Amino acid sequence: MSGSLASMFVAVLRRDLLLALRRRSDVLTTFFFFIIVVSLFPLGVGPEPNTLRAIAPGVVWVAALLTSMLALSRLFAGDFADGTLEQLALAPQPLGILVLAKTLAHWLVTGLPLVLIAPVLGLQFDLPGGALWVMTTALLLGTPVLSLVGAVGAALTLGVRGASALLAILVLPLYVPVLIFGAGAASASVSGMSVAGYLSLLGAFLLIAAALSPWATAAAVRIALE
Amino acid sequence: MANAVLEAVELECLRGERRLFRGLSFVAEPASLLWVVGANGTGKTSLLRILSTLLPPESGEVRWRGENARAQREAFRAELLYLGHAAAVKDDLTALENLDFALRQHGVDASERQVLDALEEFGLAGLEGLPVRALSQGQKRRVALARLALGQSKPLWVLDEPFNALDAVAVSLVRRRLAGQLERGGVVVLTSHQDVDLAGLRVQRLALDA
Repeated sequence: MSGSLASMFVAVLRRDLLLALRRRSDVLTTFFFFIIVVSLFPLGVGPEPNTLRAIAPGVVWVAALLTSMLALSRLFAGDFADGTLEQLALAPQPLGILVLAKTLAHWLVTGLPLVLIAPVLGLQFDLPGGALWVMTTALLLGTPVLSLVGAVGAALTLGVRGASALLAILVLPLYVPVLIFGAGAASASVSGMSVAGYLSLLGAFLLIAAALSPWATAAAVRIALE
Repeated sequence: MANAVLEAVELECLRGERRLFRGLSFVAEPASLLWVVGANGTGKTSLLRILSTLLPPESGEVRWRGENARAQREAFRAELLYLGHAAAVKDDLTALENLDFALRQHGVDASERQVLDALEEFGLAGLEGLPVRALSQGQKRRVALARLALGQSKPLWVLDEPFNALDAVAVSLVRRRLAGQLERGGVVVLTSHQDVDLAGLRVQRLALDA
């Protein structure tokens, strides 16, 4: 049974990655959205280095939140429309695990690229090397939380009219703790304070979200399918 | 293990404010086919969704091998092959990838050879490498139905409108697979608008009315 569970997890993950590969434009759109939003700030705020350094972590994190939102509506909507979600819900394996595989695939194609490009974007804001490193680590811990929490919202708004606006209202407030501690980590590093507390909190968020969100998402999916 | 009998006991289904049916009971014996008929909106799809445990009934229960299906969900689902109204076929994946994933999802271990044979049986030879988007509606339906060719290990088939959008050749293919399922002692529940020739099979008709 555990063997089939692992192989099913891998099958769902592989299928979603393959689908993302076939629909590269969707993935690239969210990626460039992130780059453009972050790049607009130095242009709009002006080239004063101290101001830029101060706003950089907040700007990058808010942009990451919005990008994550943008991609969320795709997480279940396609599977819901073509009946694949029904089949997943009827698989003998626990739906929570399969949902976790989908969420992981979603993070790999929408979250991970942001983490990787963030240091480059940070250079535009004249962030020092240490702060760049902290910001990237914080994003690495925080963006999976965004995907996990967002998955619950995406499942809850399945089949609802005006789902994407509702999703934003539902999910963005839940992102606030991640935003505060995520942006706080890099800001602390800029002003020379310890960042360990911030990063441990983000790690704790990640563990809690990974443990609870798949089951909440699975329950929401079942309700949507009724 | 008890015999593969599917029983519905006093099922009631509400959709919104409307009661679709109440006190619906039947028994589907092994090696028999239950054909659910009724006009649009009489609850055929809802009944199939209740039988497959996707939808909880308002009251009553579904029994599989004598036990409540919802209480033994995982064991029940391992024995169920459900084909919904939507084909559960991804437009961006090829026919081969679609069928391969569908089978994994049903926990069916099939070699690539078997998967290709199933596609060939359903008249998709040479098309297995194309994204399903490039296929016609009927061919897409065939991709979904090709999983019947590898569904031997599932004693219970629940099929919503399997004959939709199919030509005569495909209808006879599906019919042959249904006959095979009954020969193995399995149970089939299906709905169909068309009057399909199921002569020679052990068919029990269940009429839902408004």
